[in-house]
Amino acid sequence: MIAPAKPELVTVNIDGREVAVPKGTNVIEAARQAGVDVPHFCYHSKLSVVGNCRMCLVEMGLPTVDPATKAPVMDPATGKQKINWIPRPQIGCATNATPGLHIRTQTPQVKDCREGVMEFLLINHPLDCPICDQAGECKLQEQSTGYGRGYSRFIEQKNVKPKRTLLGPRVMLDDERCILCSRCIRFSNEIAKDDVLGFIDRGSYSTLACYPGKKLENNYSLNTVDICPVGALTSTDFRFKMRVWFLKQTNSLDTESSVGANTVVWSREGAIYRITPRQNDGVNDTWMADSGRELYKQVAAADRLAAAKVSGADSTLDAAITAAGDLFKSSAGAVAVVGSGRSSVEEQFLTRKLATVLQAPVSLVSRVGKGDGILVSADRNPNVRGALVTGLINALPAPKLTDLAVAIDAGKVRTVVAVGEDLAAAGLTAAQLAKIAIVYLGTHANTTSAAARIVLPSLTVFEKNGTLVNQQFRLQKFQQAVPAAIGTTDDLVILSRLVAAAGGPTLPVDLTALWKVLAAEVSALGPMSFASLPETGLLLDATPWAALPFIEGESLHYQPSSAKATEGRPA
Amino acid sequence: MAVITLQRKPLTFAERTYVPQILSGLRTTFKRLWRPAETLEYPEERPAIPPGYRGVPTLVRDPNGREKCVSCQLCEFVCPPKAIRITPGAVPEGSGREHVEKAPSAFDIDMLRCIYCGLCQEVCPEEAIFLQNQYSMSGYTREEMVNHKDRLYELGGTLPDAHHKWDKKQAAAEHGNAH
Amino acid sequence: MIDFWSNLHPVVQGLLKGLAVILVIFPLAGACSLAERKISAWMQRRPGPNRAIVPWFAYVPFLGRFLQRLGVFHLIADGAKFLFKEEPMPGHVNKLYYVLAPALAMMPAFATVTVVPFGAYFNAAGDAVPLMLANVDVGLLAVFAVSSLGVYSLILAGWASNSKYPFLGGIRASAQLISYELSLTLSVVPVFLWINAPGTPGTMSLAKVVEFQSLPGFWGGTWFLFLMPLSAFIFLVALFAETNRLPFDMAESEADLVGGFHTEYGAFKWSLFFVAEYSNMLVGSGVFALLFLGGWNPLPWLPLADFVGWLHHLTGAAWTIHPLFVGLLSIAIFLGKVLGLIFVFMWVRWTVPRFRYDQIMKLGWQKLLPLAIANLIFYALAIALIQQSAS
Repeated sequence: MIAPAKPELVTVNIDGREVAVPKGTNVIEAARQAGVDVPHFCYHSKLSVVGNCRMCLVEMGLPTVDPATKAPVMDPATGKQKINWIPRPQIGCATNATPGLHIRTQTPQVKDCREGVMEFLLINHPLDCPICDQAGECKLQEQSTGYGRGYSRFIEQKNVKPKRTLLGPRVMLDDERCILCSRCIRFSNEIAKDDVLGFIDRGSYSTLACYPGKKLENNYSLNTVDICPVGALTSTDFRFKMRVWFLKQTNSLDTESSVGANTVVWSREGAIYRITPRQNDGVNDTWMADSGRELYKQVAAADRLAAAKVSGADSTLDAAITAAGDLFKSSAGAVAVVGSGRSSVEEQFLTRKLATVLQAPVSLVSRVGKGDGILVSADRNPNVRGALVTGLINALPAPKLTDLAVAIDAGKVRTVVAVGEDLAAAGLTAAQLAKIAIVYLGTHANTTSAAARIVLPSLTVFEKNGTLVNQQFRLQKFQQAVPAAIGTTDDLVILSRLVAAAGGPTLPVDLTALWKVLAAEVSALGPMSFASLPETGLLLDATPWAALPFIEGESLHYQPSSAKATEGRPA
Repeated sequence: MAVITLQRKPLTFAERTYVPQILSGLRTTFKRLWRPAETLEYPEERPAIPPGYRGVPTLVRDPNGREKCVSCQLCEFVCPPKAIRITPGAVPEGSGREHVEKAPSAFDIDMLRCIYCGLCQEVCPEEAIFLQNQYSMSGYTREEMVNHKDRLYELGGTLPDAHHKWDKKQAAAEHGNAH
Repeated sequence: MIDFWSNLHPVVQGLLKGLAVILVIFPLAGACSLAERKISAWMQRRPGPNRAIVPWFAYVPFLGRFLQRLGVFHLIADGAKFLFKEEPMPGHVNKLYYVLAPALAMMPAFATVTVVPFGAYFNAAGDAVPLMLANVDVGLLAVFAVSSLGVYSLILAGWASNSKYPFLGGIRASAQLISYELSLTLSVVPVFLWINAPGTPGTMSLAKVVEFQSLPGFWGGTWFLFLMPLSAFIFLVALFAETNRLPFDMAESEADLVGGFHTEYGAFKWSLFFVAEYSNMLVGSGVFALLFLGGWNPLPWLPLADFVGWLHHLTGAAWTIHPLFVGLLSIAIFLGKVLGLIFVFMWVRWTVPRFRYDQIMKLGWQKLLPLAIANLIFYALAIALIQQSAS
């Protein structure tokens, strides 16, 4: 772990409290550190400052010095240096902390300003709260409750604007609700690098619009929905599905690539409704890709495996495990294990144990896509580094399972344990699949599950707990959001029972106990436990694997460790 | 608090024999014997429901016969026994109500759970749910005791509307300062 | 017909008499239970049972509706229900005694009926012949002796149920019945002191008591109610206690004992307890009417013989002095009094709240019993003085 450089601190006074903040911090952030809420709409900590909502107006002042002598002017009443208050309120977002800066956020003037701003914002804002998806997490609702006047003096007709404009395939715009904060415009420009949004017209006719002929369809478009402080931008997927106050939030991870964006899974009564990013300044800031938000649909997919199978017939888990044990015995010495870069660290550890007991060679399936340089990396396996850490593999996976194919053709491998991987997609032909007996652990039906002798249905990432190691060698945990689907079993239970069926030791399946074994046997995981792992993850020492040619390119908060490795990545 | 000691009146001999009291009681009951019954013979005779009565929660339509509920789910949220279950949905384009955008695709009230507290009516921002005069709910199965959306509208009927919020909104969109 | 009857075998006679008792008392007890429901309803300003109707009765224009409102079909419905509903037998009870208890409740209730005269006719000699199933000389003594056996059924029911509340009910019933039996018996002794002149063969016959209330003259025609009001009062109060009627129904006491001794009973067995209770009430009312209300004499100072004579004189019809008519008339008069008393029972039940158990014990032992003894001593002295002065 590298300690960040110690920033230069400046002391500011907020509502009479002295607080030391790094130089360059703006007033909103400084106040947050002092425990004072400065309401704002347009300001976003990860975007540039524009200062167009005027909600964060505060009173500011600097210590007075004598213009001639530069000596501090003391206030005889308090014995302290006299403060020279600026007569007009200033916006907090665009003012950086300077030494001795004084801020007042609770004066009548500030209160008046906030009420005025709220009143202007609400003049043309429709009374859509009952039908608005933002209700419950709406900044306008919260701040009109906290800082608004509480009643309306506006008796004229509200402005009418288009209500249902599709900005892109996933984002719907309601112009009446828009408060013109420009967060979405700045996000598209600065983060997504896809500058398609902008304001057209003037005054009360101002409208958010796409550049003519373009659409907001980049892979990060749904982040605009997240940062929209009101319900102007809504997700077409989540629109009118459920009120947010019913949803349970569970911390999870985006498993679509090795970036490992932190996410929150929003679920109610076992059904997931949406996935949003979770702030982790070391990984994904407050963003995530749209593609990662669709992953929850696999939980209730129609092709989900729902019953253990032996030779194509439904069976109990016990019978399937026994059958697998018999299979291991009959083909002793001719078993191969195909692990997965999608399994959690714990599952990979148990896979390794299984391979050790069976004395089977282990291969991993590689999954390569195109990195977009932001939050989707080229390695679409979320946990290849976990396999390295746990010792499941020692080298990066080959593009196809050619070694295994050769061994099958030579008759050296008669049984393959596939942990969540489709062997056909990984390069084995139908003839090769027919030659071997397959023990398949997986969530969804595919060619391998159809060809498998024994099928053991397991869980998706939303139904279990575990950890993943992302491209930065950051160990991060995900937690169970919804109960397991009927007929499925935790991967850890299946793997542990397979190890026992193969004649190995009885391994614990609950994470607390398993982590004791993990910490004892895997040096890189040291004295850690699942419970003590922070929500933002923990960087592991990556030096043992520094020489490996990882395929990821540069992305947000990630630099490939060596340029040579990046150049020499496999096609 | 001051303690007030009450002096218990000593009973007379006649009172202690109970006999006068019993006799006066007998006189009272004998007189009652000849008075007409005050009972309502229920299925045939129904009580007059006072205003403000909290009966079975129902969904109402506006005077134009259109559903008022926009499935904001506040009633579902506020419902103490969790009797209400709403599945929101979008109003389809071309229905003449698309400016409302949202309507329940399913609305179930489990009358086995409902405690008739009226919080749903109180919380409803669209004045769409009312506890009306209906007080008698019965059924042979649990499923029969769940009022689905069509039944809720059948029970609720139409109530007068003071605001016509959505009609005004539509009028504003058609003739107002739209650009 | 009389000959045919007397020629029958005594066993057949007994069976027929028993059958007659069952056929009369059962419906009468049922009717009492219906009357109880209707009277309580009217007192509480309810309509009471008024729903059941036999289908074809609904078409009878006025009567059908009237009978329905009166609830008479509920009588049939209830009886049929008790007959046909499932007989629950709790698993924790002593089966033999559990079944025995309701049967035992019926026995004294029906047996006492046999020695209670319920009417009279005049034979050719002009002597009143009482109508009763068994004309035994011990009369009232038999009633008391047999009816006090009824308490065993309550104790047995309470004990056989093997359950706390029935047991408590049974215990209470036994204590209460024993307590009030003393006052009950003592209160009627003055009556028999009065009718049994010294030197004459003594009798406990109830018919004899009526005979004494049918004598000519002011004292002769006086009902004993007026002659011995305190005796009548004590007898009535003790009768309430003996029949377990409110305010003395400690054996049942729903408020604290669920259902008292019959908590664990249902269906027909339960109904037997109630028939027994109403039979006891009928017999008790009958005894009260005989002892204190002149039996089958229509009015005080108006004996049955005079009444029939007036009728014959007024109408001149021969049938008015026919023994059959006189018998039926006397039965009707007697039954009217009994039913009037039954109404009083119900009237009191729906007026007076239940006593506390300690109050009942106190009332029985410390109030009623001394009062009964004092009453007895007073009348004994008074009768002795009167006879002294007469001789």
